[in-house]
Amino acid sequence: MFEQTISELSAALRAGEFSSVELTRAYLERISQLDGELNSYITVDAEGALAAAAEADRRIQAGDTSPLIGIPIAQKDIFCTDGVKTSCGSRMLDNFIAPYDATVITRMKQAGMVMLGKTNMDEFAMGSSNETSWYGPVKNPWDLERVPGGSSGGSAASVAARLAVASTGTDTGGSIRQPAALCGITGLKPTYGRVSRFGMIAFASSLDQAGTMTRSAEDAALLLQAMAGFDTADSTSAEEPVPDYSATLNDDLSGLKIGLPKEYFGEGLSSEMAKTIHAAIDEYKKMGAEVVEISLPNTHLAVPTYYVVAPAECSSNLSRFDGVRFGHRCEEPKDLEDLYKRSRGEGFGDEVKRRILMGAYALSAGYYDAYYLQAQKIRHLISDDFTRAFKEVDVIMGPTTPDSPFKLGEKASDPVSMYLSDIYTIAVNLAGLPGMSIPVEPMKGLPAGLQIIGNYFAEAKLLNVAHRYQQQTDWHRLIPEGYGA
Amino acid sequence: MQWEIVIGLEVHSQLATQSKIFSGAATAFGAEPNSQACGVDLGLPGVLPVLNREVVTMAVQFGTAIDAELGFRSVFARKNYFYPDLPKGYQISQFELPIVGRGDVDIELEDGTIKRVGVTRAHLEEDAGKSLHEDFQGCTGVDLNRAGTPLLEIVSEPDMRSAKEAVAYARKIHQIVQYLGICDGNMQEGSFRCDANVSVRPVGQAEFGTRAEIKNLNSFRFLEKAINYEVERQVDVIEGGGKVVQETRLYDADKDETRSMRSKEEANDYRYFPDPDLLPVEFDQAFVDEVTKDLPEMPDAKRQRLIEQYGLKVAEAVTLISSRALADYYEAAAESAGDAKLAANWVLGDLSGAMNKNNIAISAVPVSPAMLGGMIQRIIDNTISGKIAKQVFEAMWLGEGDADAIIEAKGLKQITDTGAIEKIVDEVIAANPSQAEQFRAGKEKMLGFFVGQVMKQSKGKANPQQVNALLRSKLS
Repeated sequence: MFEQTISELSAALRAGEFSSVELTRAYLERISQLDGELNSYITVDAEGALAAAAEADRRIQAGDTSPLIGIPIAQKDIFCTDGVKTSCGSRMLDNFIAPYDATVITRMKQAGMVMLGKTNMDEFAMGSSNETSWYGPVKNPWDLERVPGGSSGGSAASVAARLAVASTGTDTGGSIRQPAALCGITGLKPTYGRVSRFGMIAFASSLDQAGTMTRSAEDAALLLQAMAGFDTADSTSAEEPVPDYSATLNDDLSGLKIGLPKEYFGEGLSSEMAKTIHAAIDEYKKMGAEVVEISLPNTHLAVPTYYVVAPAECSSNLSRFDGVRFGHRCEEPKDLEDLYKRSRGEGFGDEVKRRILMGAYALSAGYYDAYYLQAQKIRHLISDDFTRAFKEVDVIMGPTTPDSPFKLGEKASDPVSMYLSDIYTIAVNLAGLPGMSIPVEPMKGLPAGLQIIGNYFAEAKLLNVAHRYQQQTDWHRLIPEGYGA
Repeated sequence: MQWEIVIGLEVHSQLATQSKIFSGAATAFGAEPNSQACGVDLGLPGVLPVLNREVVTMAVQFGTAIDAELGFRSVFARKNYFYPDLPKGYQISQFELPIVGRGDVDIELEDGTIKRVGVTRAHLEEDAGKSLHEDFQGCTGVDLNRAGTPLLEIVSEPDMRSAKEAVAYARKIHQIVQYLGICDGNMQEGSFRCDANVSVRPVGQAEFGTRAEIKNLNSFRFLEKAINYEVERQVDVIEGGGKVVQETRLYDADKDETRSMRSKEEANDYRYFPDPDLLPVEFDQAFVDEVTKDLPEMPDAKRQRLIEQYGLKVAEAVTLISSRALADYYEAAAESAGDAKLAANWVLGDLSGAMNKNNIAISAVPVSPAMLGGMIQRIIDNTISGKIAKQVFEAMWLGEGDADAIIEAKGLKQITDTGAIEKIVDEVIAANPSQAEQFRAGKEKMLGFFVGQVMKQSKGKANPQQVNALLRSKLS
């Protein structure tokens, strides 16, 4: 049961092999047995999950054949969930019970999915290791001394450890793809605007995008189908038609043009990683794909640009956490200034504070032109790199991360080294493109991810490319030791 | 030293939409605190703004009315600062690219000359909530009903040179937004409020002096008084050897003075940047044509037309167009009366007097234009005199019916029968021989005494022209 894909589970539910309540109960038991060590969930909503499962069973019995009905899912704790604590991994929102559902949550509820709980994450999605969470770090199920990546570390670990069939994540600079790579699962960050941001707690509004974290591209296609589409409540969501993502999964790849950016294979990339990525690309050659080297000349500017744009937006987005209306409020404030200073000082962790400070600085009078405006210009250059590349190739491939998962604490005191672990994923967010990470051959028993980048709204193509690889290989089926069924 | 006063105004005009600028919550005034604030207005985690299309229409109408350059692509920006009644910690406003660019309005000065005042820009923004300091012992309450209410902030050039000019400009903007129907203009409820930037400089000096900004002036009278106080204060400071500091000041109407709120050093760095939650607002000329095709006649055009069409004096026309509702009332009354001049006299005289006395707006006046017109017809056809008409008007105001019904019920029909008047005249002359003697001896003003006596005897109903003529012939 814990190894089945969404479509297999869906067929079993419809065939009456087991009910959604039974499936849900099994997952809840597994979570209570295994998550104490892993720490992938912040909140487990057993009661809500079982009620949703019972409702799904009724729908299934009434003949509803929706593909996601009755499937247990974990939601990143960044999505507001009506009546359920929504902490965003922060002490600031430890007491916050959201009074409404994010659009992503609403759509999944409508699809009949069963929410098991809310997954751990870096505080306000700021981090690449899940170590900034107020609720403690998540451990990597492949090696409990290593990080699962971040910020969607809990989502990635829960799927890898089979504590959820699938989960949602959000990706601002790599927060879906990097943990997916480090936990050996399939992560998809759609095009900016493909999935509504309404109800998703904002980190950097022009970069944030919700996506899927699953065991396979096939599952990702089903999940994205439910999530994607225009939302009147989000002005930045796209009014693009949503294709049938499952319909083109098996399209033939012969003649597919794959671009390998030389900048993604240079200094900083571990030789083992280079090797396993090239092996994966060879697999594509066997399927008839054509590989060409390309250049994305502004790649080296992506991390510095990101660390102006994202903190600038976050410094403003996080101003609403002021202790006045919701969230953490300090004890007995002396006056208004004291209320602000202590509520925010106590509520936010160090990484969040660091980014608020950087962002406020970059936006302040006298520095705006040199930082924020300059970063916006470079952002255009980075997008132009990709636009040029996609005139030549269908997809771009490379490593998702420079190396395998690092140890807990290894980079925690060195923010710049931490920031550089997102070097291959960040440019995709700056350009607003869709990107995926799929598991390839592990390196010394630790997962590695192949990143596939597509043109705007080419999610169907990415899923097709990922799925065909997963038809040829079994890396995505590997289960970490101790988490087998 | 001779000082020149330099004033620029920022007018915040609340747009008369049903719902807020970025949410679906209602905008009605005076509801229970926080009953008209949804998740977006509360700044809950995860919520996003969605622009109300109506505000774009209204801003474009305003821009067109002041002949401004329109921002066919404008951008919302965040103005970041912390305050309890600002839920998100930033206000969504427009900064570098406003929806309305440079335009002009003409104001009339006291000597009748027309002065052109530049409008630098007008931009859309959301209002903040209200902090309530009363009613909460040692605490502050926050009411977010007003948070997210749409505002059009209209910024003038520093073109005004006296408090009177500033008031004339503010009134003109007030008139324009009301004519367009994009703002109810209610200053008590804060739908229309002004900030004044005031500085002084020696006459002849080219560069501006240091300015102070006086915030939140919510009546034309306060605007004038606050500016006059501030000018005096600044001149005193400079003449006393001091320097005016750039700061924000608050006008205290009770004490008639301005007080420092915060100086430039304490001023916030608002860290403006384009709001990534909102797309740039873009429209084309076809949209402008569509939303401005049925614009009402603007005040200047209306004034000119009233003068030409009805033969009114400039001063009369200026007063009548002070509000669109008053001008509409006048035109309807003139139409119904068939005498535009007389209608103007009545609207500007007794009607305006009664409105002031009872402190009610033209929209709430109990006498309809048709009723007033009907009464004026009775004056024209000599059924009643102008003096009796005042009685009729008062009765109409009190809801006693239309003019004909009141004249009938009270028996106010004018006596025009020469025989009947002659009889009263004879009686009065006979009863006052010494006064008659004085008149005949050349004391012309005794005629007024006799007219008064005759009118008294007739209970005001005798036709005054006939009374005059008869008295003159009988006394000579």
